[in-house]
Amino acid sequence: MTDHAVLSLEHVGLRIGGARILHDIALEIPVGEMLGVIGPNGAGKTTLFNVVSGVVRPTEGVVRLDGQDVTREPIHRRAVAGLGRTFQTSSLFPGLTVLENVRLAAQAHAGGAASVFRTPRRTDAATRVALDALAEVGLERRADAGAAGLAHGEKRKVEIAMLIAMDPKVVLLDEPMAGVASGDVPAITEVIRGLHRGGRTVLMVEHHMEVVLGLVDRVAVMHHGELLAVDTPEAVMANPAVQSAYLGEAV
Amino acid sequence: MSTLLLLVITGLGLGALYFLVASGLSLIYGLMGVLNFAHGSFLTISAFLGWEVGRRVSDGTWAGLALSALVGMLVGAVVAAATEYLLIRRLYERHIEQALVTVGLALASVALFEGIWGTDPIYTQKPEWLGETTEILGAKIPNDRFLLIACALLVLGGIVLFLQRTRYGLIIRAGVENRSMVTALGIDVRRSFTIVFAIGGAAAGLGGVLASVYYGYVSAHLGSVLLIFAFIVTVIGGLGSLTGAAIASVLVAVLQQFANYYLGGTGDLVVVIALAAVLLVRPRGLMGKAA
Repeated sequence: MTDHAVLSLEHVGLRIGGARILHDIALEIPVGEMLGVIGPNGAGKTTLFNVVSGVVRPTEGVVRLDGQDVTREPIHRRAVAGLGRTFQTSSLFPGLTVLENVRLAAQAHAGGAASVFRTPRRTDAATRVALDALAEVGLERRADAGAAGLAHGEKRKVEIAMLIAMDPKVVLLDEPMAGVASGDVPAITEVIRGLHRGGRTVLMVEHHMEVVLGLVDRVAVMHHGELLAVDTPEAVMANPAVQSAYLGEAV
Repeated sequence: MSTLLLLVITGLGLGALYFLVASGLSLIYGLMGVLNFAHGSFLTISAFLGWEVGRRVSDGTWAGLALSALVGMLVGAVVAAATEYLLIRRLYERHIEQALVTVGLALASVALFEGIWGTDPIYTQKPEWLGETTEILGAKIPNDRFLLIACALLVLGGIVLFLQRTRYGLIIRAGVENRSMVTALGIDVRRSFTIVFAIGGAAAGLGGVLASVYYGYVSAHLGSVLLIFAFIVTVIGGLGSLTGAAIASVLVAVLQQFANYYLGGTGDLVVVIALAAVLLVRPRGLMGKAA
């Protein structure tokens, strides 16, 4: 383990029943890196995110966040410790307004049992953080709209605004481009780039190869629950093992 | 016309009682997925203790009733929060065990109440005005109906304000929609479970004291009877929806009154048929989220 790794996985494995879902994953991610995770369907990409964010506990190995062993920590503690994520399906609360969604993300940090009855006025700290985050993704004028009525691309932007409001050290994006109309891709790419600015570490599962290759510093390739290669996009694309994994499974 | 009005207002009064029980049931199920069969016990213990305190201070006066109501709400909140903290929480995410524990608690508590206060109903005193009637458009309306309706409206307003205007209200509304996502945002959603139980318990506790005014007695079975209808109301209104519970409370109670009067006392049957109809046509209830 090196000092500057903000996230590190040591020999992480997951078995469910007899099935090997993840096997001996070792990965060190330095502060500020943007890492793309690719691989065929069923390779274990989302499971890897679930292990990192705490949705699933690995059966072997250690997950460290900023040097701290968080392998046994529940989801909400990892989130407070600086881990934010989106889900493949929408992470929004459709019954709340856009501002309420983002406010919820912001108020986790203003927590404390004493503030049960504190009224969330427009002027309080969490709401200010939320409005700033919405401004960053260009949605401040939609603050009072219901989340359910947003266009798909706008929903993705609100999810990213929620991450900005949480201000995590490490962000996991699970297919941020899924279901996004091709016209919206450049705008969301720009928003992801903004999320990365200021030294935030970003991990992204994405099938949209152009987006991945255009954004990331390194690519991690997964296949059958194993980490096949972790390298720069150019090196990974030239890697024969990666090519055979993809071509061998091409449909 | 006067009969119609009497039936409607009596239905609203009874609906108010249903709502006081159903509001907590619905919020608890919506947030935690727990069918709380012990909710009737919260109501009964509150009714008994409220009555015990009220009669010692000043039986049959407004002050006595107000004190009973306060004690009832406090007892309901404390017992409910303790139930969540000591029993439900240990069975986190194990929904069948959680339901079974609450069923056991409900059965045991009725036996306990019978052991302490006996199996016969205990008749209660209430302020004189509540026993009188007010004439509206020729209908003689018992005054206690107005008290029930007013209290339920206050509770509805209070819970809505809490949900809309406070940090925990926002967490609870979000948690009802997607609990795991709330956790992923770094919020320990379990803390709000106790709050929801306490709020539901307080509403049921107030319901218990008001039920003893409405029926004129307290008994160990007060909660069980109301709980059945509150469950029906919760399912018809849509599990997890407070507005749904409020609307369904009124619909069910008014329907029940009309059927009892015009269809020869078939109110309970008609309500069960209405439940079946809603489940067939719209399984998620009037205002429930899609399953």
